[in-house]
Amino acid sequence: MLKYIAKRIGLALITIFTVATLTFFLMNMVPGGPFLSEKAVSPAAQAALEAKYGLDKPLSQQYLTYMKDALHGDFGESLKQRGRTVTSIIVSKFPVSARVGGLSVIVALLVGIPLGCLAATHRGKTLDSVISVISTCGIAVPSFVICTLLLYFLGSKVKILPTYGIGTWKHYVMPVIALALYPTAYIMRLMRSSMLDVLGQDYMRTATAKGVKPFFRLFKHALRNALLPVITYVGPMMAYTMTGSFVVEKIFTIPGLGNEFVSSIINRDYTMIMGTTIFLATLMVVMNVLVDIVYKLVDPRIKLK
Amino acid sequence: MKKKLAMLLTAAMLVGSLAACGSSDNGSSATGSASATDSTKTDAAATEVSTEGKQLTVQIGPDPETIDPALNSAVDGGNMLLHSFECLLTIDQDGKIAPGQAETWEVSEDGLTWTFHLRDGLKWSDGSDLTADDFVYSWKRVCDPVVAAPYAETVLGMVKGFDEAQAGDLDALAVSAPDAKTFVVELSNPCPYFESLAAFATLSPVQQATVEANGDAWATAAETYISNGPFYITEWVPGSHITMSKNPNYWNADAIKLGSIKFVLMEDSNAAYTAYQSGDVLFIKDVPTQEIPSLQGNPEFHVEPNLGTYYLSMNLEDPAFADVNVRKALSLAIDRDYVANTLMQGTYSPAYNLVGEGWVDTDGSSFNANANGGQSYISEDFDANLEEAKQLLADAGYPNGEGLPTITYTTNDAGYHKVVAEYLQQAWGELGINVEVNIVEWSSFTPMRRNGEYMVARNGWVGDYSDPSNMLDLFCTGNGNNDGKFSNADFDAAMEKAASTMDTAERSAALHQAEDVLMEQVGCIPVAYYNDFWLQSEKITGIWHSAYGFWYFMYGDIAE
Repeated sequence: MLKYIAKRIGLALITIFTVATLTFFLMNMVPGGPFLSEKAVSPAAQAALEAKYGLDKPLSQQYLTYMKDALHGDFGESLKQRGRTVTSIIVSKFPVSARVGGLSVIVALLVGIPLGCLAATHRGKTLDSVISVISTCGIAVPSFVICTLLLYFLGSKVKILPTYGIGTWKHYVMPVIALALYPTAYIMRLMRSSMLDVLGQDYMRTATAKGVKPFFRLFKHALRNALLPVITYVGPMMAYTMTGSFVVEKIFTIPGLGNEFVSSIINRDYTMIMGTTIFLATLMVVMNVLVDIVYKLVDPRIKLK
Repeated sequence: MKKKLAMLLTAAMLVGSLAACGSSDNGSSATGSASATDSTKTDAAATEVSTEGKQLTVQIGPDPETIDPALNSAVDGGNMLLHSFECLLTIDQDGKIAPGQAETWEVSEDGLTWTFHLRDGLKWSDGSDLTADDFVYSWKRVCDPVVAAPYAETVLGMVKGFDEAQAGDLDALAVSAPDAKTFVVELSNPCPYFESLAAFATLSPVQQATVEANGDAWATAAETYISNGPFYITEWVPGSHITMSKNPNYWNADAIKLGSIKFVLMEDSNAAYTAYQSGDVLFIKDVPTQEIPSLQGNPEFHVEPNLGTYYLSMNLEDPAFADVNVRKALSLAIDRDYVANTLMQGTYSPAYNLVGEGWVDTDGSSFNANANGGQSYISEDFDANLEEAKQLLADAGYPNGEGLPTITYTTNDAGYHKVVAEYLQQAWGELGINVEVNIVEWSSFTPMRRNGEYMVARNGWVGDYSDPSNMLDLFCTGNGNNDGKFSNADFDAAMEKAASTMDTAERSAALHQAEDVLMEQVGCIPVAYYNDFWLQSEKITGIWHSAYGFWYFMYGDIAE
């Protein structure tokens, strides 16, 4: 097990390095630059800016400098948000996104798994149809529609929830619902189909024949095996959800990280693009390793190699 | 055992997501700040301050990229600077130059030496004294190549020693402080609109000690953001809000009624509209365009001109546009009233000249109204224009557009740009011209246009200061913003004359002559004048909007 983890960490480092390298050269291939505006900046000012951030050097040299600094934990200054370092932006914004996203993941699991199980056990009945309508809606309706509807009804009409910002628990309600909807719906479907699969297995029939009570049959015997596909999905989903959603954060004016992913690319804020990408890649890799370990623990038959 | 471990790990995965948030979980308000301990203290102080007096909550745009006066080049940042800083001079409610930190000022006969006399007892927001030396430091800082201020040349290019200063010898810049209350600037050539520059936010004073101690980061945290304006920043949560409190050390603090202003940094117009409707925000700049038709006539909905023009650049190096008749035909085939009032829902005004409403002539009257002997360059009679356009095209040897290559229209996709592109396709199609639309992402669009990699491109300009030369300069040979590469000796000569004379009548004539040439030669195709539109609660009193795209909330109040 320990050997396996060591091996995975080694692989993870290679993955992150590859992602960083590819991103670095790809983003520099895209036309445009960080210091553009509708109004032309004087050539002297443009040159001074490029010199200040080392963008006047050859690309290969920029790459080496960046990688060396990054290895020492220095991800540089944002080229657009002058005076702020990439690290300080991520450190200040990630916790906000992680809190909203983490809550959404919990909600998605707490709602998605039981409803998926219920749908499976009531296969073909009204309850199953109701749940599958809900899950189809959750998957099909984009989050900005949900956000706007929530804002309109709860924020503007009924006025029970604040319309913007993050502060008290009330501020979390709408963004968490909006963020949790898709994963909840997806988990429901996943759970339903894998549960149906498991319920048809021989050992379930054996359990029924032994006279195991339906509750235990479902939650003790079936759930463990049926959970595997959900776990596979939850790992990367968690990394994505916790790094924030551009749409949801924009609509609810949440000072989270989601916005930075998109705006850094639009602004060609090179250091910020690198910082956010490396951060997401790291989180993703960590989640995947965690998923593998949880796998092994849920199903001891799986061999980690 | 393993089962328990599994449960534990699963739980850890879930809870880990929350644990990642660290210690800030216990706080009631998410400050999102890196230096948790430091900022909690100041945040607490900030709330104490802001509870004094009324708080006005407004939405005027997203997070500014920077609020360092020297670095800012955007309207969002400009609005923040306007409230937290004050220059030597300011712009009053009528758009006229007014005393700011300087109480009086005078210019020498030859127009080369400007002397500003500061008010008595000026102070920074931290209570320390502000002197003329602070202006000397700040103006030199704008030229500093290490600071790399985008507007350095625009605002200081005419000051003696600018080139040397920008090359690194800051002391070469001819700004001096003979005593603590006198600030003197020497110019290398007369600048008739220098007063406007003395009121330009880039030239706000910044506190040397703070800037030197904190580097670029001084302008990113409330604690180090020392300013001299009517308000000062007490809290900034990036992506959430900026709160400014009344600056008790401001010379005119007695005239300020509000205790604080909270700028909510919203980006989404629908969210802003909802917040406005729910009463959480009393003023929003980002009104959803689909709501505009229903808001017409509503006293809370305001539309006012802005110093900007939406125009089309033709790549004049392309042989297709070599004939002035072709250019003129393209211009006349556009129904500007339809574009501005129907397509753009009245949020723009039709542009029949280049220099729009809001720009001031040298005698203080409207430059737009004086242009072309009081008549617009392009007739408002569209049907006649279209007939003329067809005739011009035939005269140029392209009857019904035959023989003209397909025109590619390049634009980025924001606001009404796509709608305008589709309209042009149809309008020029009327002339028999085939138009292809090329939509490009914004960051790629600007360099493409600058490098001349287009045929016809969307363009626009919002004035920095209310002197028409600021707009007309764009068409001088060699100007960095001359995307169409318009080059005309008569035009350049007129602009040269306008820049060198201090005689107001002569200067006005030269500027009008330049616009005459430009419009006659169709150096660009003006389409619409920019407006600012916003929703403002009727409870707000005493605030105003300027054609620069700024809102002046400082002397505002909220009626109960």
